[in-house]
Amino acid sequence: MATAAAHRTAGTPADGAPDTVDTTAYQHAFDAAVAADERVEPRDWMPDAYRATLVRQIAQHAHSEIIGMQPEANWITRAPTLRRKAILMAKVQDEAGHGLYLYSAAETLGTSRDELLDKLHSGRQKYSSIFNYPTLTWADVGAIGWLVDGAAITNQVPLCRCSYGPYARAMVRICKEESFHQRQGYELLLALSNGTAEQRAMAQDAVNRWWWPSLMMFGPPDDESQHSAQSMAWKIKRHSNDELRQRFVDICVPQAESLGLTLPDPDLRWNEERGHYDFGAIDWTEFWEVLKGNGPCNEQRITQRRRAHDEGAWVREAAAAYASKHTRTTTDTADTGTPGDTGNTAETGANRA
Amino acid sequence: MTVEAVEAVTAADIAAYALRLGDDALILSQRLCEWVTRAPTIEEDLAMANIALDLLGHARTLLGYAGELDGTGRSEDDLAYTRTERQFRNALLVEIPNGDFGLSIARQLVFAHYTRLLYTALEESADAVLAGLAAKASKEVAYHCLHAGQWAVRLGAGTEESHRRMQAGLDQVWPYVAELFDSDELVRRLDGDGTGVDPARLRAEWDESVGAVLSEAGLTVPAPRWRAGGGREGLHTEAFAPLVAELQAVHRQYPGASW
Repeated sequence: MATAAAHRTAGTPADGAPDTVDTTAYQHAFDAAVAADERVEPRDWMPDAYRATLVRQIAQHAHSEIIGMQPEANWITRAPTLRRKAILMAKVQDEAGHGLYLYSAAETLGTSRDELLDKLHSGRQKYSSIFNYPTLTWADVGAIGWLVDGAAITNQVPLCRCSYGPYARAMVRICKEESFHQRQGYELLLALSNGTAEQRAMAQDAVNRWWWPSLMMFGPPDDESQHSAQSMAWKIKRHSNDELRQRFVDICVPQAESLGLTLPDPDLRWNEERGHYDFGAIDWTEFWEVLKGNGPCNEQRITQRRRAHDEGAWVREAAAAYASKHTRTTTDTADTGTPGDTGNTAETGANRA
Repeated sequence: MTVEAVEAVTAADIAAYALRLGDDALILSQRLCEWVTRAPTIEEDLAMANIALDLLGHARTLLGYAGELDGTGRSEDDLAYTRTERQFRNALLVEIPNGDFGLSIARQLVFAHYTRLLYTALEESADAVLAGLAAKASKEVAYHCLHAGQWAVRLGAGTEESHRRMQAGLDQVWPYVAELFDSDELVRRLDGDGTGVDPARLRAEWDESVGAVLSEAGLTVPAPRWRAGGGREGLHTEAFAPLVAELQAVHRQYPGASW
């Protein structure tokens, strides 16, 4: 961290007067720190474009956790056993927690959660395309755990070494929980595939529907990925989209075999020469349509998110009004305030317990 | 506890009692799950899921124990997924639809304080399983009291709108309060024997602790014109059948499957 510490400044050019400060020295120090695999921290100088890219990526990652709760929460009330229900509830809870970590990481870059949520709700920031597909049966919960969380982990493990410290540290925590969910999803599908003929068919159908959208989670092919080269140079990304996608396919094929399920790709076969599985062409038209907002659930997901936010506005306003009265009464004891509002309400709950 | 006194209640009595408590927890958990992804803040999505998960944990222990003691050998899942609406024994309070956040917080406030007192008393149960569950659950429901209490105060003493909605929530929920404290032959016998708790003896303390929250919040204790009842005999509200249908849908679609 020596290099990073050396160019850490109290007021960075980003804060105020970029015209009067020569950023060349900062840029050199930043480049050297990234080259030396050091972590960039919130108070370090960083290029504006690096900051903007990270805000975009971390925010979209956070949004994906929050929107991603919906397809799974859709099945909580119908989970077929109490044990499965408990597992699913814990998982959705973890996702809310991951969203919160990631919003915090984004906030270290000088944005706020409110601002980011506003961008999500108005469609100015995106979330992972995968969550625009519907969960039609209970088996979808397993397919999401196995394939979607599996793809997420393949993407995210390298992010644990991302050059931006707060993001990298959030990913370490998140990956631990994600890999647990992934195993639970696999185990759910295994139970179905070892179950009745109907359960097995349900599992196969879910895998058929989630396989291609999962491969799309790695993003467009390398030659069409706008941000890839720069993100790799900055060590935000460590591997290309296509590399990670290949790694994921190579992991999934033997897992599908041990589940006794097939993957819906007639072109999928082992390539001895490459030492990898070859696989069929992805429908990039579908990918771009979903990304543009024209997938099966885009409208529904954002509408539900916005409705929760709008219908909850009076609750948030109440909390804010209460907090501001509370602050006033603690500093100004002459304020009569609300009956019973003695200025120590934060503690009274604990006394009651 | 004398040996004679322990023999005064049967395993079937304890099973019936565990079923009531288990159904309360199961059904309220199901309602809270409906909030997840619809709450006013992400923190509340998390809190609702967290409380629902605690309650589900209580339900699993209690239903499993009920099935073991009643001689039918039914599992927690048999009891949750294969009974009809008329066979559930929860109090009607827990099946009230969520309504707005104020109503849900009112329902939480009522139930959390009730279960805090109940489980605290039940920690002394002569029945080791009930005592063990109560020791764990009383810690969890103390958190639920904090959560509901702090929201009741924030809403009650927040804005005009939030005060109005919180009071409306309390007014809607209050007719269902009395049933929680109803005494009957079963709970009196269990209480006398040291196995269970007659909820009637918790009412005064409940009035006091909930009353303190409402007064801090500047809210009024409602005086309802009617009182709900019947849940312990399987006589539920009209909102209950759709809740049970949703809960049991997948399980019933694939009878005999294991998951």
